Amino acid sequence: MNLLIKGGRVVDPSQNIDDSMDLLVEDGRIKEMGKGLKAPAGAEIIDAAGLLVTPGFIDMHVHLRDPGLEYKEDIVTGTRAAAAGGFTSVACMPNTKPVNDNKAITSYIVNKARNEALVNVFPVGSITQGSKGESLAEMGELKESGCVAVSDDGRPVGNGELMRRALEYAKGMGIMVIAHSEELALVGEGVMNEGFTSTELGLKGIPWAAEDVAVARDVYLAEFTGSPLHIAHISTSGSVRIIRNAKARGVKVTCETAPHYFSLTDDAVRGYNTNAKMNPPLREAADVAAIKAGLADGTIDAIATDHAPHHLDEKDVEFNLALNGIVGLETSLPLSLQLVADGVVDLKTLLEKMTCNPAQILGIDRGTLQVGAAADITVIDPAREWVVAAEQLASKSKNSPFIGRKMKGAAVYTIVGGKVVFKR
Amino acid sequence: MATENTIILDGAGVKRALTRIAHEVLERNKGVKDLVLVGIRTGGVHLAHELSLRLEEIEGEKVPVGAVDITLYRDDIKGHAEHLPVGKTEIPFSIEGKKVVLVDDVLFTGRTIRAAMDAIMDHGRPSCIQLAVLVDRGHRDLPIRADFVGRNVPTSLKENITVAFDAANKPTEVVLEK
Amino acid sequence: MPFKHKDIIGLQDLTREEIELLLNTAENLKEINERDIKKVPTLRGKTVVNLFYEASTRTRTSFEIAAKRLSADTINITASTSSVTKGETLSDTARNVLAMKPDIIVMRHAISGAHHYLAQRVSCSVINAGDGAHEHPSQGLLDMLTMRQKFGSLEGLKVAIVGDITHSRVARSNIYGLTKMGANVFLAGPPTMMPPGIERLGNVTVCNDMREAVADADVVMMLRIQLERQGKTLLPTLKEYSRYFGLNNHVLQLAKKDAMVMHPGPINRGVELCSHVADGDQSHILKQVENGVAVRMSMLYHVSGGELATE
Repeated sequence: MNLLIKGGRVVDPSQNIDDSMDLLVEDGRIKEMGKGLKAPAGAEIIDAAGLLVTPGFIDMHVHLRDPGLEYKEDIVTGTRAAAAGGFTSVACMPNTKPVNDNKAITSYIVNKARNEALVNVFPVGSITQGSKGESLAEMGELKESGCVAVSDDGRPVGNGELMRRALEYAKGMGIMVIAHSEELALVGEGVMNEGFTSTELGLKGIPWAAEDVAVARDVYLAEFTGSPLHIAHISTSGSVRIIRNAKARGVKVTCETAPHYFSLTDDAVRGYNTNAKMNPPLREAADVAAIKAGLADGTIDAIATDHAPHHLDEKDVEFNLALNGIVGLETSLPLSLQLVADGVVDLKTLLEKMTCNPAQILGIDRGTLQVGAAADITVIDPAREWVVAAEQLASKSKNSPFIGRKMKGAAVYTIVGGKVVFKR
Repeated sequence: MATENTIILDGAGVKRALTRIAHEVLERNKGVKDLVLVGIRTGGVHLAHELSLRLEEIEGEKVPVGAVDITLYRDDIKGHAEHLPVGKTEIPFSIEGKKVVLVDDVLFTGRTIRAAMDAIMDHGRPSCIQLAVLVDRGHRDLPIRADFVGRNVPTSLKENITVAFDAANKPTEVVLEK
Repeated sequence: MPFKHKDIIGLQDLTREEIELLLNTAENLKEINERDIKKVPTLRGKTVVNLFYEASTRTRTSFEIAAKRLSADTINITASTSSVTKGETLSDTARNVLAMKPDIIVMRHAISGAHHYLAQRVSCSVINAGDGAHEHPSQGLLDMLTMRQKFGSLEGLKVAIVGDITHSRVARSNIYGLTKMGANVFLAGPPTMMPPGIERLGNVTVCNDMREAVADADVVMMLRIQLERQGKTLLPTLKEYSRYFGLNNHVLQLAKKDAMVMHPGPINRGVELCSHVADGDQSHILKQVENGVAVRMSMLYHVSGGELATE
């Protein structure tokens, strides 16, 4: 099945391309890019006039909840949500039930994804067995069976010695460590960002220091071991500063943030909105500004959604009892495009963080429209306006703080390996 | 719609009516022994004080005056979108075994009087309760009648009767609004 | 001045006029508590459910007496006797309570915001009898009523609130209420118990030293300190706390001559309050308890026109 995408504005940061041209896909790969391409016989033609054509988005941080927590999400519904959001690849975190700390679970995910998923699924294995933070998981075997990184996401590796050894060991195995950097003693029983809003609402706060202290430790351990390290979901101005300084002195550290950390402040918690409860928590305006600055100056390498589906019963409860996390795959694109509209970053810089940068961090051959590459393509209508509605989300769970919010920009075609998996 | 006001009692008329009521109260009760006055907030309280002054003038003896607020005893509380402010009930004397003269400005459906009698009963057991009103305008919903009436005024349901008071809470006139 | 709220969740949500109305009504209702027959028929046929997820003898009985004096039927559901210990969610408990057709639910809950949650899900009125570290409006109102009885007005009063502000719903309700009524609030407590941004809640000054807050104060309100709740990291010992943040006659002398001493109870004698002060002439602690019934009657009365007030 061949495909000609005609007349779109093709933006591919991996090749430094931003031009109006056609894109020809043959046998699942990019065959040719250029102006005035002729459609081969039988090729489907997509008229992309007025649309953006970009490498398929990569979300390096999602929770597909499969195996074990399929009542929240599974590989099929999760990748359907990804496709609807313009993502052609997702990296799924290992905090499933059981934890993806061994070859059997990884193989299950890889096989199910191969047969049933709409987009590419790259599993992330755990750093420690059962993500318990006690002993290292079998990273070699995890890598061999398909994991692209290791992470104990959801909780930090509390023991500094163990984190040091994890970094050293992972370096030897050639697998990236993704840190969930959080000092649990400082989090305590906190349920939202510590600040004026938590004081007013009478909710226990989580100080920014709980994140910064842990990011600093992990950055220093990366520096000490010389191992590459990726820090997940940074939310504070301190994290941005620590990572910016570390990069300046040559530490091999990368990081991601999530759309909610540059779109919302802890004000969203007012009214005890459990859909604004996540970890790390929504911070204050100064943090949002720092995250934006970090995106603009390249300190923050990637935008990942931390898509964390939860059942209504887990969110429709008193605030303290609600689980952390929100779904994000279907709102990431318009929220991120808003950064361009607001002049925070230019389009190419933004797309880097959603395509080639995460591909490079994870070491996967995606995120590019280079001739010969797998034809993972997102076609975007940047002008399309829509309102987030729970019943229209493809995800099994509807826990989004953006329900009812007006959005601008949407994926109109999501193409994975040359096949249209989503069309709006 | 323009309203048309008719003065039913002017200042002098009100005074005469109150003086007559004072005499009738004394006659019925053979003096002021064991007599207490309880006015219904707010107009009835002012009139009770007026009546008390007259009783003292005639008999040379003070008659205690209390005030009852009937808000908490209303039977139409469900019909109100929001509750009315509660006034203070002040009956600074025992009513046990006393002859209570309940005083109100206008007697209409009788519901206010029912509420006031309940309120008084919650303070003790008087030997009797009598009712004095400045105006009886008819239209009773309950089997209640006044013992002492300043003026009977037949009205239609659309009309309204107000007793006006001056800054010193002295009654000035009774007006019928059409 | 009509009262338009279906629920009373916190004093943050009320205007100065609404607070005044609640206090005025309470003042007028006090007389009922002095009668031989301490009952009026106002809420006859209404059902008040006291849903208590946290132990509280004093607030629960106060609400119960208040409801009974207004002739409402009361039902008490406490965490220890109900299905809440069997893991029933608040949403399910609410549904079950609603099946009993209550007119008012008075709830105490350990989690801040539980009342917002409940109020959004039930058609009847919800009165907050304390939620987590958020608000305790009936306590705030009875404190203000007690102060008003002594000073006539709250305008310009200097009120010192001393103790664990972070975990205190009493402090928050008092801050909202008092600052709306024109009082000047001064807070003191160890920095480990002073939440960030508290001074932005109203006309509030945070003092490092308790003596600064108490100096020339008209009212000194001491908060209960609970080592078991507050955790071991916030304080060295109760002895040290008492030394720097306890109220004794010596510190009280810094306040105005006839300053009131208040405490929401129950008191830890010898910790935040020494017995001389607790039982002294300036203590208004029992007056607070007495005013509690009238204030809660006023709250029950004003929300009970609720169904129609929501349009």
